[in-house]
Amino acid sequence: MKECPQIIVEIKNLIKTYSRGTQTIPVLENITFDICEGEFLALMGPSGSGKSTLLNIIAGIDKADSGTVTIGGVDISSLSEADLAQWRAVHVGFIFQFYNLIPVLTAYENVEMPLLLTGLSRTQRRTHVETALGVVNLTDRIDHYPSQLSGGQQQRVAIARAVVTDPTILVADEPTGDLDRVSAQDVLGLMTRLNKEFGKTIIMVTHDPRAAEQAHLVRHLEKGVLNNVHS
Amino acid sequence: MFILKLIIRNAFRHKLRTILTIVGVAIAVMAFGLLRTLVGAWYAGVESSSASRLVTRNAISLVFTLPISYQEKIRSVPGVKGVSHANWFGGVYITEKNFFPNFAVDARTYLDLYPEFILSPQEKKSFIVDRKGCVVGRSLAQRFGWNIGDVVTLKGTIFPGQWEFVVRGIYRGAEKSTDETQLFFHWDYLNETMKKMSPRRADAVGIYVIGLKDPYLAAEVSLAIDGMFKNSLAETLTETERSFQMSFVAMTDAIVIAIQIVSYVVIVIIMVVAANTMAMTARERIPEYATMKTLGFGPWHIAGAVFGESIAIAMIGGTVGVALSFPAGGWIGRELKQFFPVFSISTMTIALDLLAAFVVGTVAALFPTWRGATINIADGLRRIG
Repeated sequence: MKECPQIIVEIKNLIKTYSRGTQTIPVLENITFDICEGEFLALMGPSGSGKSTLLNIIAGIDKADSGTVTIGGVDISSLSEADLAQWRAVHVGFIFQFYNLIPVLTAYENVEMPLLLTGLSRTQRRTHVETALGVVNLTDRIDHYPSQLSGGQQQRVAIARAVVTDPTILVADEPTGDLDRVSAQDVLGLMTRLNKEFGKTIIMVTHDPRAAEQAHLVRHLEKGVLNNVHS
Repeated sequence: MFILKLIIRNAFRHKLRTILTIVGVAIAVMAFGLLRTLVGAWYAGVESSSASRLVTRNAISLVFTLPISYQEKIRSVPGVKGVSHANWFGGVYITEKNFFPNFAVDARTYLDLYPEFILSPQEKKSFIVDRKGCVVGRSLAQRFGWNIGDVVTLKGTIFPGQWEFVVRGIYRGAEKSTDETQLFFHWDYLNETMKKMSPRRADAVGIYVIGLKDPYLAAEVSLAIDGMFKNSLAETLTETERSFQMSFVAMTDAIVIAIQIVSYVVIVIIMVVAANTMAMTARERIPEYATMKTLGFGPWHIAGAVFGESIAIAMIGGTVGVALSFPAGGWIGRELKQFFPVFSISTMTIALDLLAAFVVGTVAALFPTWRGATINIADGLRRIG
């Protein structure tokens, strides 16, 4: 197991339930664990085990019923919706299963989106976007719309969008789930590079054991309970 | 700037749907504007009436006449600047389809009270000196191709016979709203003929038109005139020209109200159609709004994108509708010239057209904006795939 110079994510006693009519369904049951800075963590588990919910809570797009999530020293469970939105813009990079690019925007404009919420000038934004697209090897597709790109290329644009603000953590929900084997390998290689070369902390939800192999740590969730750790 | 870019690109993302919505709004706005113009045309006579003129008619009904002897008595009332008189002639030119208003008037005094009918001094003089002369409006002359010196024959309906007139003058309106479709001829010509054909109908006047020294004297002069003829065989009713014109419009009030209701219904229908389109659009884009919120964009960004798109589509439709209403209004104006001498789209109507388009865009956007702005991110993201 890799050494832990600094804990970047601290999760304590996290509980989350969903209500369906009069029925209350537990999704996460008293989850407690830490993630170290620069770690590449894979969350695995069967469908409905609560892994995406856990990822969403860590990323600040969902709220737990109780417990705390502290990221980079900030207790995000206590932030208001507006503060949380600002916090996400700066500290979290998202990689989705279906890329979630805006179809009417070019690759450049999609990557530029998170930077529009910062105070950067147009020139500074251009430098950042070109750097991010350079990291994912897509500088030649800068003016292409998502519909003009392959699935793998779209996911690389999404990765560029996730890293363009240099966030504290990268969260990825099934990043290879919609890709063919070659593209999946390509994307995983890119994520590994981001982790190794740029020291990015990555939390990835996946069903794919091959994807999980790229992670330093694999945690399994089953029926809302964090079971075991593989390194 | 980003939101503006998003609005423009999203608006034309489904080109067919957007174009159909724009066409729908354009047609609705055009219909709204034209119906309002029609209502305006209905009231054109009222709008163009002068505040410094009174009309005196028989108190029982307009159908009954007044003696010509009243003219000098009315002239003697303090505050009266001038008096003239007119009779509705009701003549038909060739066929009843060629309807236009025609009056027998006191040629020497009538045009002095109507400065809005502009006639050259030479034409005015040749009209006054020719007992069989007539003056016609520019539009009427254009409609039938009449020129100065042409003989026009009208078939009398109220006053039987074939009546020949020589066109001595063609007037133009001082204002856009001035009626240029009328024909005026000498009351003396009518009266002399009546004296021969039907003496009991001679020396009778349909209405007196009274010019005031000061519009503020209207009430005082009206009371004085009506008081003068109280308990006579032909009691009078004097009112402002506006009220007199309004009494004709009032007869068709129900039609005007129906037209106004239809104009609003048209807008409500397109509002529902546009709201449905925007709701569909917003529903399709929920995952994108969720993604934007994930990236840190706030509810106001989402609201701006949805609302802006709706307003953009509605205002493009509104502008197209306004642009189309000019040729459409011109065509209707030409076709219905005999019924609506003044059919022009006013600045106020254009403003109301654009306001209607804005209201359509706003109402259509309300629910989708609220939905987009308040979407739960996790729920929105779950819709992808």
